[in-house]
Parts: sequence; structure tokens; C-alpha cells
Amino acid sequence: MNPDRPDDGALPAVSDFWSALSRTTRARIGLGRSGDALPTRRVLELRTDHAAARDAVHTVLDVPRLQADLQTDSGGGAAPVVHSAAGSRGEYLRRPDLGRRLAPDTVLPRQDADLAVVLADGLSPTALQRHGAPLLGALRRAAAGRLRLATPVIALQARVALGDRVAELLGTPAVVVLIGERPGLTTSDSLGAYLTHAPGLGTTDADRNCVSNIHPPEGLEYAVAAETVVRLALCARQLGRSGVDLKADVGLDALPGNGPSVLDAPLGRD
Amino acid sequence: MRYSSIIRGQSHEFDGLVELLAKASPRRSGDELAGCAAVSETERTAAQWALADVPLADFLTEDVVPSDTDEVTRLILDGHDRAAFAPVSSLTVGGFRDWLLATATRPDAAGTLAGLAPGLTPEMVAAVSKLMRNQDLIAVSRAVQMTTAFRTTIGGAGRLATRLQPNHVTDDATGVAAAVLDGLLLGCGDAVIGINPASDSPATTRRLLELLDQVRTRYDIPCQTCVLTHVTTTLQLIEQGAPVDLVFQSIAGTQAANRSFGIDLALLAEAHDAGRSLGRGTVGQHVMYFETGQGSALSAGAHLGVGGRPVDQQTLETRAYAVARAFDPLLVNTVVGFIGPEYLADAKQITRAGLEDNCCGKLLGLPMGVDVCYTNHADADADDMDDLAVLLAVAGTDFVITVPGGDDVMLGYQSLSFHDALFLRRSLGLRPAPEFERWLLRMGLLAEDGSVLEIDPRRSGLSELTA
Repeated sequence: MNPDRPDDGALPAVSDFWSALSRTTRARIGLGRSGDALPTRRVLELRTDHAAARDAVHTVLDVPRLQADLQTDSGGGAAPVVHSAAGSRGEYLRRPDLGRRLAPDTVLPRQDADLAVVLADGLSPTALQRHGAPLLGALRRAAAGRLRLATPVIALQARVALGDRVAELLGTPAVVVLIGERPGLTTSDSLGAYLTHAPGLGTTDADRNCVSNIHPPEGLEYAVAAETVVRLALCARQLGRSGVDLKADVGLDALPGNGPSVLDAPLGRD
Repeated sequence: MRYSSIIRGQSHEFDGLVELLAKASPRRSGDELAGCAAVSETERTAAQWALADVPLADFLTEDVVPSDTDEVTRLILDGHDRAAFAPVSSLTVGGFRDWLLATATRPDAAGTLAGLAPGLTPEMVAAVSKLMRNQDLIAVSRAVQMTTAFRTTIGGAGRLATRLQPNHVTDDATGVAAAVLDGLLLGCGDAVIGINPASDSPATTRRLLELLDQVRTRYDIPCQTCVLTHVTTTLQLIEQGAPVDLVFQSIAGTQAANRSFGIDLALLAEAHDAGRSLGRGTVGQHVMYFETGQGSALSAGAHLGVGGRPVDQQTLETRAYAVARAFDPLLVNTVVGFIGPEYLADAKQITRAGLEDNCCGKLLGLPMGVDVCYTNHADADADDMDDLAVLLAVAGTDFVITVPGGDDVMLGYQSLSFHDALFLRRSLGLRPAPEFERWLLRMGLLAEDGSVLEIDPRRSGLSELTA
């Protein structure tokens, strides 16, 4: 059976009925039956999608390649790398609190910039590997003449709140974290961008703004995501805070991708 | 109160029920995250030895979560039925395990356990479950037989109901209807046809409620429908005359966690009254539908008990069942693998938690179901869900969640499929809710042996459902 040819594997004729309905939903309807069970093709499809999601979670980020991609796109030296306090992937998954803290003795040079940029592996290193560099490029173009971006920092075994600690070390007044989102069965390479103004120890998820689902061509385009982040950052600077209030005050609800995300939930409060 | 035990010459001490319960808990990542888990397997068994000697009556005098600051604790203590408690009032936790397992083998087990339920507190039930092996949890929970009803009857011997969960990423009406059709043709939906809406707006909720109500009335399906939105939205929609069958709400085991959900007991009472006032049930008037899950209190930072110590997540989960039973629910289900590996790390932990929740809920007298599910960052897969589903079906769980192909495209996790329900029912000789089963027969969807026929949807009489 060829996984890319839905007609290969001879399903019964009723599938015409379901294929028309399948255009109305991504749900796996009308899968057919082998006795009470799913047909072989359907079982293999589900297993393949789950495998891709599992691999996306557990793939190790190729740091030198990402650093090279970032340089190709924007010039400058290799992006510095920081680690969270989580010692392994297993510990990272079970202990979100460690993923929010920097490893002891982490140092970063202070920078005179408006916005720190953290490229975090999160729950999908695959997403960061694929979309990190082009999204950063789009962000640089969108920010030109409007916001001074700090040199990007790559963060490993990182949760969103690790960005707060990075911004404190860099001395920037705001931070955007570009982070791999929890893989689903249909999409395993989606990036999210989390903006936080004046991050500190008391910062909660309610103080952040999120642009999620960045994974062209199916998901949000880089340029749209980057423009949204820059507008959010400018509005936050004007308002003096990011988060729930920002959305309500500047009417950004209608922007694509500016919705809630399941990433890091539900323990993201600290 | 201090508790202690001596294991192989070494003494172990535990400061109060909070620490004792936490350290006696089978290992799970959420308790390690909270910092209350046993530090070694030996300490865990030491705590279990000490817990086995604690008199059940002690749970009526020593708080786990302080009663002066937590209304759930006050609900538990004020609602305790001393007469119902009498048969076990002199037992220790260990003695209670023995009593339950002996009772479960007797012909009058169902009546005895139903009579006992109002005399049990969640802490007693959580405590005894920590001493139980998985087979004990199964043996005891399958001995509990009770029913609730609205348009179908949930529970009872030999029945396994299903929630048909036709979620859609944009709440598209045709897309939802297509998933409903798929589920009905595979014999699912007898517990509830229930949508998690992608949008939280009252207008969307109302539109989906009306869609489901039209499908139900058009085909005269004996079932209840629900759009799982916040209880305040449902209250508002009841006031506006929307067709609300069941009132849904997520609940947790502490006042603070419930506050993080935007609810308290008074609000639930108001919602319960409003739901019942509609009188829409035909074979019963149980109108509440609750969801719970181990780890919800910790995720809200609302998991602390006496002395500011973290309470283990399974004890807190069982306390949520005390909230549920105060409002005579039609359905309660634990969403066991949804919350992620920081609470239940892998299939072993998810399996254990599913069996605990099913057993503890049923012992407290609840109509208990399980969302047998996992996320992509937990160490679990479809084979593990097969295992847990079979264990739960043997354990007499009242219903399971089912989604097309086992893949919930809106919530982004995997649950059981409609096909899995066919497998469970045939393998274990379980049948749908009686009213729904008669409807399936009337619609020509059932074979003589009670199994669901595979028929062309265009000739099913239901195909217009998506038109």
C-alpha cells in the first residue's frame, strides 16, 4: 500500500459518500470496518501520524545547523546557546518548572535593545529547526526602523517562561519567545511566538500575548506572524504592559493566529 | 497526628494524613512535581503499612484540606451519613480493603455498596485505593451497580455507554453533523452526544445546541445532547430558552481550584436547579455532567492542604467526586491522560489513574466514565489505550469517550474510537443503554446478536442528517 495514494488499498464504494463529507471536517470519519476494527490502511495512517508527532517531541535540535541558518539569514556571529535546568528530555517533559529556569551559572552579555528574541525548542524541536530561521528573518524585516532586536539566543529544553530569565540577563524591556508547540497528529512542526513586556518573577501567562500556529504553507505565514509580533510589541511598549489587557485595548483580536495556545498549559502560571 | 512504621528495622515517620496519603500513593509524576511523593519505593511501602493501620473514623476528625478555608471539606463533613458509615466505622483502612474485597464476592454486593456510599468520605476511599492492586480496583468497582437516567439509563449490569464527541476545529455545522452520523452508525452516543466547542461564545454554543437538538428530534433518538461550555454560559442560555439537556462543568477537589474554574458550590447548585427546572428528561431527571482529572488542582496552584503541604493528586481528584455527588449527576468522567506527562508520565501511570478514578468514583456512588486518552508528549500509544479500555470495561465503567478514528482534531489528543466501542462491547458481552439499543434496532442498525451492522450510510435512513 502506498501511504500517499488514498485509493490504493481498495476501500468499498461507500467511501464516495464519506469523501464528500470529509471536505467539511478534518475528523477521521467514514474509515470503514474490518469486522469491528479499523481497516489496515487506517491503522497505519494513525500510527504514522503519531510516529511523526512522537519524533517531533523527541528529536534533538541540531544547534550548529540552526546557528548556521540564522547567520545565513541575518549575518553576525553564532547565536549563543542557553540550557534550562532540566537535565534530560524526560526530565523536561515531567518537570515544566525546571524548563522555566535557566541552568545555574548561565551568563549572557547585556544588550542595548528593545526586544530580546529567544529561539526555544519547546515541545517540538522539529518546528524550531524548520521555521526558526525564516521566522527570525521575517521578524528582522518587520522590526526594521521600528524596534531594535537583540542578538537572538537559542534555548534548549525550554518552556516559554525561560524567556523572562533571558530578558533579565540581557537587560531588555521585552522578550519574544519563538517556541515549538506541542505536536498534534496533523501538524507536528508548528511554532508559537510569545511576547512578554517587562518580564519578571511575578509574570504569569495572562501577561503574555501569543501568535500561534506558525508553519507555512498550511499554517500562518512568517511575514504575517512577524508583523503581528512587532505590532504587539509596539502596542505593549505604549501601554506599559502585555497580556490580556493589550488585546482588549488595541483591538488585535482579529489578527490571524492571535489566539489561545495549549502550549505549556496548564502549568504555565509561574 | 504523627504516623509511623518500621520496615526491616528502619523507622519511618509521617506528619499527618496529608503526608501519609501522599507518600502511600503509587508513583506518578504529578506528585513528584508537587514535591509530595515518596522518595523511595521503600518509603512508599512504609507509608502504606502505616496507612493500613489508620482507623477510617480518623478521617472524620483530621482534615486533609482545612475545613475553615475550604467549602469542599465542609461539604464532605456536613454531608457525611453516620448511619450509612456504621457497617465499616470500626475498621482500619487495611481492614476496609479486606472488607470491600470480601463484600465484592457476595451476591448482595451491589446493594451493600450502594448503601455504604453516603457513609464514605473521599479521603477514606482514596486511602483504601492506595493499598489496592489494580485487580482489587477492578474487582471492587465492578461490584458497584447503580444507574442514573435522563433519556437513556446509564449504568447497570452488562451495559457500556459511550459519549459521541463530534468536535470540529471551527464548529462547522456540517462537519459536526458528519461526525455525529459516523458515530451513530457505529452505535455510539448513548451516554451523550457532547461537543467541546472551539469557540467559547454563547452564540456558537447556542447554534451547536440547536443543531444537536434538531438531529435528536428529527430521528427520535433517545439520547441527551450537550455543548461543554462554562456553567455560567449554560445558565445564560437556559434563560434565553436554548435547548439545554445537560449542564456541564469541569470541577476539582478544592475550593481554590474550583475558583480557578470560575465556580463555587452555590453556582453549581443554581445551575443544577436551572437544569432540572426544564424537565426535559424522559426516563429520569439527572441533568449534571461533570469532568475531572488528576492534576487539575496542582495545575491551578490550588493543591495545598493542612499546614500548607501539597496534597497528592489522587486524593484531590477523589474530593472532586464529593463535589459531583452533591448534585446528582447523570455522568461524571475523568479525563485521565489529557493533562500531560507532568502529571501522569506514561502508560503505566495513566492506566493506574484510570482504574483508581473509576473505582473511587463508583464507591462514592457516581455514574463513572473515563476518557481513555493520551497526548503526543506522554509515553503512551494506542496499544496502551486498548489495554486500559479493556480493564475499565471489565471494571464496570459506565461509559467511555469516543471520537472519530480516536483522533480529536479540535482538542489535539487521542481518545477511543467508535470502533473501539464495537470491540469492547463484543469482546466483553456489553450492550448499549437499553433505550438507545431499542432505537438502534428500530433503525435496522443492530444484528440479531446485538452487534452493530455495517451498512451503507446512504441506505441507513440517517444519511439526510448531514444534508
